[in-house]
Amino acid sequence: MDNTTPPDPVIELDHIRYAYPGEDPVLRDLSFTLNRGERTGLLAPNGSGKTTLFHVIVGLLPISGGTIRILGRNMESEKDFVWARKKAGLLFQDADDQLFSPTVIDDVAFGPLNMGKTREEALSVSRRVLSFLGLSEFENRITFKLSGGEKKLVSLATILSMEPEVLLLDEPLNGLDQATRTRLTGVLESIDASYIIISHDIDFLLDCTDTIYCLRDGKTEKDTTVHVHSHDHAHMMGHIPHQHK
Amino acid sequence: MLSEPFSIGNSVIHRIDPRHRILAAFLYSVVVAVLYQLQALALATAFSGLLVKTAGLDGKAVFRRLALVNGFVALFWLILPFTAKGDILFEAGPLTVYEAGVLMALQITLKSNAIIMAFISLVSTMSFSTLGYALRSLKLPHKLVFLFILTYRYIFVIEQEYRKIWRSVKVRGFSPATSIHCYKTYAYMIGMIFVRAAARADRVYRAMLCRGFNGRFHSLSDFPASGKNGLFLFIAIVCTVLLVSTEWYFHG
Repeated sequence: MDNTTPPDPVIELDHIRYAYPGEDPVLRDLSFTLNRGERTGLLAPNGSGKTTLFHVIVGLLPISGGTIRILGRNMESEKDFVWARKKAGLLFQDADDQLFSPTVIDDVAFGPLNMGKTREEALSVSRRVLSFLGLSEFENRITFKLSGGEKKLVSLATILSMEPEVLLLDEPLNGLDQATRTRLTGVLESIDASYIIISHDIDFLLDCTDTIYCLRDGKTEKDTTVHVHSHDHAHMMGHIPHQHK
Repeated sequence: MLSEPFSIGNSVIHRIDPRHRILAAFLYSVVVAVLYQLQALALATAFSGLLVKTAGLDGKAVFRRLALVNGFVALFWLILPFTAKGDILFEAGPLTVYEAGVLMALQITLKSNAIIMAFISLVSTMSFSTLGYALRSLKLPHKLVFLFILTYRYIFVIEQEYRKIWRSVKVRGFSPATSIHCYKTYAYMIGMIFVRAAARADRVYRAMLCRGFNGRFHSLSDFPASGKNGLFLFIAIVCTVLLVSTEWYFHG
């Protein structure tokens, strides 16, 4: 990355607070900034409020304190968030939540159509995204008949077709096999957008992100130092001398 | 797994514009529902049988579906012939069989079979999503059409969730019995399915909001016009006119 360009914040969270009704706050005084071009990982235990954080960023859950700024615009009302959701594409943990249309193309074109694109424009952007993801032949497939990995890639397509400036990926590896994982890693490396990934998988985060944060006690802590250490590990063909990246 | 076996096929009927098929099925079933003369009803049943034949459907599968309907119809045969008042057809011991009752049960049988067969061959020969889009382009209210499409989309997910719960209950040694424990388990299962369905609905709605959903649905599909469609609708109208005239002829 070019170090001379001044940081251009895409998402700025300033001392935000969120609590589910009648419970202790999940997010306490959390501040966080994502600059353009940054690829960030978020590592945290279950129930630590990672998904909540994403839902707060796109305004699905109303914060009780602090400010959210997206691309420099203050998020004050639902109207602001409606605008922001077109800029920040949220990939849900469960693809079945995201895909609700009968066919793949309907689902991928759903976002662009909502953004006021004509049928032709929506179709052309959807087809472009599908071919970028290597899913061209999936166009007329029935969404609920796809496999888990295919569903995940199609959900990613439904986000990319809105041409967002930042991606929020919630546990994208959940339930994916090795082949789909590799495919997803490849896609993320070639994508031209900033993103935040929530994942438990440190290897995946090291592959796909530049900075890794931890969510602890409702606050983020940066963990940029890479600690070199070794693990016992096992895989097929392990007896042949080899190297790991 | 819920499936739609009839929607796969390449008969003349499968190739007709879904909207024309829906309109024809609607018109036909309204007419059949108000017929009374046995001759007209027999003609309708024959028309419907012909439709099933034209659609090239698996006879056994159609028969199984009809058996389901006729199970209900059988209930009418158990009650109507003995309870309707009027001319007595015959008496068998303590039972009196009335002519009007038998006639009514026969009408119900023919009507329901004719209508179901017409729907099987005209409407269930299209996939659910096609049906949804066809209904929408027939100007049915958006909300209804999407309730329909979403129900269809998520009924599978809910079915899967049901199976998951059922499996987890089974692997822990549950077997149905007549006991409070069993009823309680069933109640928990049903309750859990509702809770999960509601949570699911919430997440789906959020995902839709994230993609700019504002209460309006836009459609990508459109249905090409073809001369065959017009011909099909014409034949459908001719058939219904024939039915109506038969009814009048024997009525008078």
